[in-house]
Amino acid sequence: MTEAMKRRLFGVAALAVAGAALFYVGMSDMGDDLVYYWTPSELIAAAEAKEATVRLGGMVKPGTLDWDRDAQQARFTITDGDHEVPVHCTGNPPQMFREGIGAVVEGKLGTDGVFRTDRVMVKHSNEYEAPDGHPPEVQTTLVDE
Amino acid sequence: MSTEAVASAPAPTKSRFHWEHLVGLLGLVLLVAGQYMGLFVAPPERMMGEVGRILYTHVPAAWLAMVAFTVAFVTAVAHLFTGRRGLDWATEAAVEVGAMLNVLLLIQGSIFARPTWGVWWTWDPRLTASAIMLLTFVGVLMLRGAVRDPDRRATWTSVATVLAYVNIPITYFSVKWWRSLHQIQSSPETVADPMVFVLRLNAFAFLFIMIWFIARRWRLAQTLARADEAPPLPAQEAT
Repeated sequence: MTEAMKRRLFGVAALAVAGAALFYVGMSDMGDDLVYYWTPSELIAAAEAKEATVRLGGMVKPGTLDWDRDAQQARFTITDGDHEVPVHCTGNPPQMFREGIGAVVEGKLGTDGVFRTDRVMVKHSNEYEAPDGHPPEVQTTLVDE
Repeated sequence: MSTEAVASAPAPTKSRFHWEHLVGLLGLVLLVAGQYMGLFVAPPERMMGEVGRILYTHVPAAWLAMVAFTVAFVTAVAHLFTGRRGLDWATEAAVEVGAMLNVLLLIQGSIFARPTWGVWWTWDPRLTASAIMLLTFVGVLMLRGAVRDPDRRATWTSVATVLAYVNIPITYFSVKWWRSLHQIQSSPETVADPMVFVLRLNAFAFLFIMIWFIARRWRLAQTLARADEAPPLPAQEAT
């Protein structure tokens, strides 16, 4: 076998292995077993999740946020539309945190059904909007003040 | 005899003007304009405020890192099928420039994440895939550095690049395939018009600078290869 043939064979083999690996990752249901966060429904359904450190993700239910910045305590409810979990956070959530926003919290679900966390992460949507939809000139001056 | 040897030796380096400098100049002009607009002309983001402006460097770095690795993938496959040495230099150049953009991407992403998400780093699928992307291509460069024979080095680099490239579509689709903290891809429909324009301006700036860097790195690889393979100098030949 000539060097050129050997090299082409390597090329075909590398492409085949790469293609198979990509196909496997893309088509397998890896994402079902390996999740970055649990939804409230999943967390409530899984009894073994009690007292285990997990991430819980969902929307901060509007009207549930009780945030005492000085005491560094925040209470709110994470919902996925079907189920909801009350969350007690020690420490201040990040600045962008508010009601109606997506959030992921790291901590443990207590036997009393309250999820205790000291780490809140805010999920930003893929939307980038100017404040209030004002024309750019207006907003820049408004925000600068 | 000695005059022939001199003639076949590589030409001394002359400061010739190469086309890529024009591309690089265009990229730098666009970068200055794009960053100025991103910092002072574009509106702040509704939720993220001024911090949202890092969009104009973070997103171009992500796109162009993937473009650079795609260039490397294409030249690696082409090298395996044609054996042309110039394609191997192109793979080396594109992988190095892509790795640099990947480092930039991770650093900017971390700076973006702290004020918006609240953490510098989290093992979210997109972040993890981007970190693996950097490590695999650094691995390609380390493998390359460990092989002395130019032909074998070129083949190994090409094969490793093709294998490492698997992670680019995985990184791109990670936000769609798996639950993540990182948002899914934005589109012109989800980004306010003045921001789309500034983002495009910066993306083209990064594109031209990437082409400039890859072309310069390719010429460096060519020069090094020629020096490596040059016939012995006449003085050494005589001894």
